[in-house]
Amino acid sequence: MLEIKNLHARIVEDGTEIIRGLNLTVKAGEVAAIMGPNGSGKSTLSYILAGREDYEVTEGDILYNGQSILEMDPAERATAGIFLAFQYPMEIPGVATMEFLKVAMNEQRKARGEEPLKVPEFLKRVKEAAASLNMDMNMLKRPLNVGFSGGEKKRAEILQMKLLEPKLCVLDETDSGLDIDALKIVADGVNALRSPERAIVVITHYQRLLEHIVPDSVHVLYKGQVIKSGDKSLALDLETNGYAGVIGQAA
Amino acid sequence: MNMHAQPQRTLAETALIDAFGERLSLLPGDGAVMVKRDDAIESIKHGLPTRRVESWHYTDLRRLLTSVPAFEADAIAKALEPVLDGSAVLPVLNGVSSAKVPEIEGVTVQRLSEKLTDGSVAPGLDRYGADDAIGALNTAFVADGYFVDIADRTELERPIELQNLQAGGQAHVRLLARVGAGAKAIIVERQAGAANEDGGALVSSVSQLVVGDGAEVTWLIVQEQPDTATHLAQFKAHIGKDAKLTLFVMNAGGKLVRQEVVVRTTGEGADFKLRGINLLAGDTHTDTTMVLDHAVPHTASTEVIRNVVTGKARGVFQGRINVHQYAQKTNAKMACNTLLLSDEGEFSTKPELEIFADDVVCGHGATVTEIDHNHLFYLMARGIDEKAARGLLVKAFVAEVIEELDDEALVDALEARLDGWFLTHG
Repeated sequence: MLEIKNLHARIVEDGTEIIRGLNLTVKAGEVAAIMGPNGSGKSTLSYILAGREDYEVTEGDILYNGQSILEMDPAERATAGIFLAFQYPMEIPGVATMEFLKVAMNEQRKARGEEPLKVPEFLKRVKEAAASLNMDMNMLKRPLNVGFSGGEKKRAEILQMKLLEPKLCVLDETDSGLDIDALKIVADGVNALRSPERAIVVITHYQRLLEHIVPDSVHVLYKGQVIKSGDKSLALDLETNGYAGVIGQAA
Repeated sequence: MNMHAQPQRTLAETALIDAFGERLSLLPGDGAVMVKRDDAIESIKHGLPTRRVESWHYTDLRRLLTSVPAFEADAIAKALEPVLDGSAVLPVLNGVSSAKVPEIEGVTVQRLSEKLTDGSVAPGLDRYGADDAIGALNTAFVADGYFVDIADRTELERPIELQNLQAGGQAHVRLLARVGAGAKAIIVERQAGAANEDGGALVSSVSQLVVGDGAEVTWLIVQEQPDTATHLAQFKAHIGKDAKLTLFVMNAGGKLVRQEVVVRTTGEGADFKLRGINLLAGDTHTDTTMVLDHAVPHTASTEVIRNVVTGKARGVFQGRINVHQYAQKTNAKMACNTLLLSDEGEFSTKPELEIFADDVVCGHGATVTEIDHNHLFYLMARGIDEKAARGLLVKAFVAEVIEELDDEALVDALEARLDGWFLTHG
């Protein structure tokens, strides 16, 4: 579903190269974990997948279902089924959360040639998704993410993911800022989305999240490259021995 | 009216002076009113204000008012559906009030033409300062409008909407309201018109409001003139002891617009809120100028103005807060935020605080920004295309001020006006 080939990318503003020849393949139905120390390029990779303009791909390609997405803007990627759950979801004053959800769902439907959702159906879907994540509907009456706690923001991201039903989900440090109860709720939300047609990329620092979202593959990112790939036991190994060992082997 | 009298009159000045001669016999008023009219036209003979007059620095009326349309008695206009459902509508069509207005319990409505004829409104026709060009223009030509008196302790069951509508020509209107002690009212001042083939309308409209002790008034000015109209407006209010006035101004039309807000707190505990939205498109020049006097101790005010500038539009906000020496414990905060969406648009903002008391809290701030690219990315990452995402963010910028009104009917109605504007200008 996702094939990243020899990807090189840099920050537009100052030309710093962050991704330096990254290769990664994730199949439909697979949950891939990407781990790595601070500054290894994990978040940058997530932004590049979503199409953020601050980064420029200088070499290589990203194929989604066999087609390059490099020329697509973030909205086109999203309507094609790519979803990024942000590490730091944006607070947007003045945009009501419900209004935002409705616009986003209907814009995606429109792009796929589907009719907009009728209001009762929309409300039903939001209520169900919110209930499954233990979210208070009153929270959704507030402006988007404004005044939400860190945990509430992360839940709101998963809520959006559930409602938009993407094919490729990229979760950028969704575990950061969550207490153990919230972590479990969020992980259950993600696990409920596992399906043979959907690929999930989980970016995380810690093994902790992977106890709840058990990955099919684990990839270690260091200096903008995948330096080691393995199964879930690799995550456990990292937890015990740290990144130093893996980095040493690669060097 | 200013120290820099021009030897050569402009076309507009000449047209106004000639029109006064022609209209005089048709204008209602007793001797006292006619003396005020004479004084007013005299000041216009001295010339319209230029940028050398400080309060008109960013709106050089003499230069910007390039033509004055003739009076058109038969211009067509009819009352509009009110902004707020169920409002009692008091229409002024082509400068003429209606003889038949709805009955509202606790409210007395009189036609202003009658109040001019009997001279009872003569004292209110004085200009408020030497540079009061709008007051002068209006006093010279005002022919009609309404006087609305809301009895003490009346809580209006439905809003009142004063409509000033015209289709070309000239209209000079006054809307007076007294809200009695302890009364509660929502009043909409609707300023609109139909575009006219023969060029734009010239409208002057002066509103005068007295908010009685302990009364609560929300006054909404919704200005949606056609983009050919010149709209010169003034809102003047006195706020009594423990009384509250929320003034919401939405400018979303007009070619040359100046909305003056002149407010004075006259009783302790008086509270004033000004919330303004300027939606500027095309080549409009829209000026909002406020002069607020905190004249007694223990009064509070907040002013928040949000501007969206597109195309070649130019906007102005001047906010002057005078805190009198006696007005200790004044609390005043003013903010003006502008979203500049085009390279050719511009916005000038001038806050002025003049404080003579020594125990007060006063502040002001101004920002000019573009759309936040992080916000844009976030919305687009959810599949909202760039145009729609920008639209959402621009609307959000101004909607924040509306949502603060905390009254669902008001918020919904104003957001509908906002959507209407974005539909045609987004």
